[in-house]
Amino acid sequence: MHFRYGLAHALEDVSLTVAPGEVTSLLGMNGAGKTTLLNILSGLLKPASGQVLLDGAPAPKGAAARVRAGVVQAPEGRQVFAPLTVRENLEMGAYLRLRAGQRAAVAEDLEHMLALFPALRERLGQEAGKLSGGEQQMLAMARALMARPRYLLLDEPSLGLSPKMAAEIFKVVRGLPASGCGVLLVEQNALGALAVSSRGYILTNGRIRFSGAPADIACDPLLREAFLGPDQGAKP
Amino acid sequence: MPSGSALLQYAISGLTTGAVYALVALGYNLVYNATRVVNFAQGDFLSLGGLIMYSLLAAAGLPLVPALLLALAGAALAGAAVERLCLRPAKSREIMVLIFITVAASILLRGGMKHLWGKQALALPPWSHEVPLKVAGAAFTPQNLWVVGVTLLAILALSLFFGRTTVGKAMRAMAANPRAAALMGIDTRGLATLSFALAGGLGALAGVLITPITSLSYDVGLLMGLKGFAAAVLGGYGCFVGAVAGGLGLGLMESLGAGLLSSAYKDVIAFVVLLAVLFLRPQGLFGSKEGQR
Ligand SMILES: Nc1ncnc2c1ncn2[C@@H]1O[C@H](COP(=O)(O)OP(=O)(O)OP(=O)(O)O)[C@@H](O)[C@H]1O
Ligand SMILES: [Mg+2]
Repeated sequence: MHFRYGLAHALEDVSLTVAPGEVTSLLGMNGAGKTTLLNILSGLLKPASGQVLLDGAPAPKGAAARVRAGVVQAPEGRQVFAPLTVRENLEMGAYLRLRAGQRAAVAEDLEHMLALFPALRERLGQEAGKLSGGEQQMLAMARALMARPRYLLLDEPSLGLSPKMAAEIFKVVRGLPASGCGVLLVEQNALGALAVSSRGYILTNGRIRFSGAPADIACDPLLREAFLGPDQGAKP
Repeated sequence: MPSGSALLQYAISGLTTGAVYALVALGYNLVYNATRVVNFAQGDFLSLGGLIMYSLLAAAGLPLVPALLLALAGAALAGAAVERLCLRPAKSREIMVLIFITVAASILLRGGMKHLWGKQALALPPWSHEVPLKVAGAAFTPQNLWVVGVTLLAILALSLFFGRTTVGKAMRAMAANPRAAALMGIDTRGLATLSFALAGGLGALAGVLITPITSLSYDVGLLMGLKGFAAAVLGGYGCFVGAVAGGLGLGLMESLGAGLLSSAYKDVIAFVVLLAVLFLRPQGLFGSKEGQR
């Protein structure tokens, strides 16, 4: 698929598959087009050409229809609803289900989220804007999970977090496929992302330059050097 | 030095008009929070509510409560129409352009009302008997009580709506972060329409409450709308508590100013307050620096 902002090509000839029950990572440097791609998948942007397929059929149009169909994004920079409480943020993740009258199921899922992210429990009544960065990231993920996604799109969840907090987030991501959820994990922290995924893509300047098993990416010094940036090669 | 009963008298009339300013200010805020648009048609919803109520009572002979509900519904419909027919089809998403569209909608609404109801002043009867009540030397009418009581009820209903209902919370979420709200599947366009409908209803409520005291014509909303705007700015534009405080505060300042200085200054006070706030504290009394709610 292709995408343009005005005249600038943001994505060219991009094709990518996210399998259910798997973590797929999408790596690339600043401005590669990762967020643009996620927003196309979420129905916020329309591709100039090409299409988004869900279970082999064209995905329904519009952001709400995508959420209803099970494609949910936790956006870059967390984007929690700052003046709303943590509980209200979680409820908003389940907005469509609440509107459909599924109160009991939503209350149950809220409990699941608190079990998955125990730090949120004591913060339930607090404004989301007052949480630490790590807690906000947990909230953003939990909020997206409240929609019961079949495919979860995570945009740089480890950005700006301490290594310890990032490790915690990755641990949760690793556990998601067990519940049948397919994950598309966008990251600049390539090693952290590859460690939890079963397939990886590398995007540079709007094109997919590599796709394959994480080990192939992580072990190839050329790929590391060229596409992940030299800093990534420094760590074992 | 004015007597205690005179001060009480000023306070009663100040709270009455202040309640109405608060309702109008809440209407401005609802629309602003959902769409970032300052809706200059807000005052016209006030006239429209009063005029519909007038026709339903006088011409159709309906009892008070059904006439009231229909007047609110009619103005809510007009509000939704402003959003759906004037703002949404606009090619531009520039806030400045959208604001000018509301100015145009206001002129259209006023023209339509002038055409349908004429230019003359009409009289809406008070909601109940007119025998004045006396407390500590101050006289007031039952309509004063209606205005303040119903306004309090409306504020309570709104705070329950925003605090307890899923749609109300979604409107707050959308005000805080429209993009993230869209990513949650929240129908941001539908809620924009709803915000205009609610603003129409609130404006109409202000109209049916106050016009039995003041007067009723196709353009009463003009001045009331501007004062409601001043009240919203005073409280902090977009801020719920601020609208209520700003409305009551402005009403009190007006009536005390008119009573203690001269009634010639009554209408000037709102605009002096508006300018003073814009110069000294643009975020208003309750708004935070970045214009957050
Ligand atoms: N709204 C926009 N209008 C015009 N150009 C844009 C817009 N959003 C992004 N771009 C451009 O499109 C390209 C891809 O941006 P995108 O945000 O998708 O990159 P990214 O891979 O997510 O980067 P990052 O790692 O910084 O989040 C960049 O060159 C960016 O400057
Ligand atoms: Mg990005």
